[in-house]
Amino acid sequence: MTSAPLTPRRGGSLATATRHRRRTGGLLGLAAWLCGIAFFLPVAWMVLTSFHSEADAATNPPSVGAGLSLHGYREFFGAAGGGVSPWPPLLNSLTASVVSTLLVLLLAVPAAYALAIKPVRKWSDVLFFFLSTKMLPLVAGLLPVYLVAQHTGMLDSIWLLVLLYTSMNLPIAVWMMRSFLAEVPVEMLEAASIDGAGLTTTLTRIVAPVAMPGIAATALISFIFSWNELLFARVLTGVVAGTSPVFLTGLVTSQGLFLAKVCAAATVISLPVLLAGFAAQDKLVQGLSLGAVK
Amino acid sequence: MPTGITEPAAGAPAAAVRGGIRPAVRVRRGERAKEWARRAPLLPALVFLVLVTQLPFLATVVISFTRWNALAPDHRGFAALDNYRAVFTDPAMRASMGTTVLLTVTVVLVSLLLGLGLALLLDRSFRGRGLVRTLLITPFLIVPVASALLWKHALYNASYGLLNGALTWIWGLFGSDSPPQPDWMTNSPLAAVEVSLIWQWTPFMMLILLAGLQSRAADAVEAARMDGASAFDIFRYLTLPHLRRYLELAALLGTVYVVQNFDAVFTLTSGGLGTANLPYTIYQTFYQAHDYGRASAQGVVVVLCSLLVATFALRTVSSLLREEVTT
Repeated sequence: MTSAPLTPRRGGSLATATRHRRRTGGLLGLAAWLCGIAFFLPVAWMVLTSFHSEADAATNPPSVGAGLSLHGYREFFGAAGGGVSPWPPLLNSLTASVVSTLLVLLLAVPAAYALAIKPVRKWSDVLFFFLSTKMLPLVAGLLPVYLVAQHTGMLDSIWLLVLLYTSMNLPIAVWMMRSFLAEVPVEMLEAASIDGAGLTTTLTRIVAPVAMPGIAATALISFIFSWNELLFARVLTGVVAGTSPVFLTGLVTSQGLFLAKVCAAATVISLPVLLAGFAAQDKLVQGLSLGAVK
Repeated sequence: MPTGITEPAAGAPAAAVRGGIRPAVRVRRGERAKEWARRAPLLPALVFLVLVTQLPFLATVVISFTRWNALAPDHRGFAALDNYRAVFTDPAMRASMGTTVLLTVTVVLVSLLLGLGLALLLDRSFRGRGLVRTLLITPFLIVPVASALLWKHALYNASYGLLNGALTWIWGLFGSDSPPQPDWMTNSPLAAVEVSLIWQWTPFMMLILLAGLQSRAADAVEAARMDGASAFDIFRYLTLPHLRRYLELAALLGTVYVVQNFDAVFTLTSGGLGTANLPYTIYQTFYQAHDYGRASAQGVVVVLCSLLVATFALRTVSSLLREEVTT
């Protein structure tokens, strides 16, 4: 890339420089568009394939213009061909994600409040303890969990996953919530306390309005990670409590591959996360970077 | 906590309390109650995390010193360092360590560079910028198993995947009916896993770097431009130093997640053809070979390696945190 057009030097004509700059800007915009389309292409292909018949889905060269069909979705939802119903795994995923997200909020919000608004001594040590649990590979603690579950009859129970997903997302949630709560101006809290506001009033009138978007973002991240999780679900659940990702891996079996059906399944199972993620792009960044980037 | 403010004094006035309540003691007691009131909201989360994450690790360490294979229950016993010796002499384990490092470094570096390029492209205004950003983050939002299945069956497949389909189509345009039809997954399995992960993680890097770029003071760039600095100079001397922390943060968080990757390896290759990374190997030792002792030793080794990465990660995040506190 030449840098010349971007430098309106003192001697040169400003009009020419601006025109050059606009043209480079247009080219760079075009490049951005091409990259965006390239990254999106596999997903577009997945969705298109999900709407093809099995015969059209598996052709070479690809049949882009083939007629659309709901066959894959009918197969996935078990209406045709007597397949296994996807509703139990979808429901399991929903239970595990929603309940663990609620638990995460229940535990993380007070903890973050203690760390952000009334910092306890050594608060950053506590904060780093939370983070350090996230840095350790989950797989290394899996075996004892499995053994305990086996002895207590908790194997293949969705509540075990709820518990583990809560612990998996809690550290991130504490970090995120802390960074959101740290945005509550101290002066406002002091003013409220001088005016005689009690804890409840302070929390509902001053903290909650600032914290609500943060709570929503924390819930979103926690939901996404729980919804996506495979390893724990794969090892600790079976027929009863299997989640959507486990169900997805089971779709490709010795029976052979049904590409349209697999694509339909992948699309349906990704949809909740896609929609939630699109809706909250900015909050997603802050959450994923543990609140370190605003 | 030896450096505490209230604790060291706590022992001495205990007798005084019994004798008669002096104002100073009452204040101190009030302070202490307040201290606990401050800590109380922290406790549920702390206790929960210690119980659910730290205790299993402890148990893993204990099990790693036992001889314990679920298929041979009579052979259980103390194994001293046998499991660790097995871990370090096992060629498969060594291979999977190498694979983990290679996979992680490749995926993190490439997606970081691509993410930087994309963030720079998106940091300027153009028509449809919001839409392009949405298109770009989509790979990150697809359920990882779904994206692994998508790559394996809809894109890489040798006979009807999109990649070879596109080759057939392009060759067809030039009137050739013998296009190259490589078997991507067999020819370069590790690269196949890497590409799918790079596709998935580039948006993550881009999002963090874009946030970093947009937190940069615009007037400094404008002033530099007015002074005749070239675009490259601005990037080299203004943008890059500002982005350093964000680059580190993105790389380290990416590393934490990619090191732990299980979904892509499990779905794409089932660890075959030299693509088994550490999490997959542990999964296999424990879930398929039922060697609990050895799986635990592998787990402990992985934790120790992760601690190295984590120390750097924590330091980086801590410097960002300090910045936030002081400003």
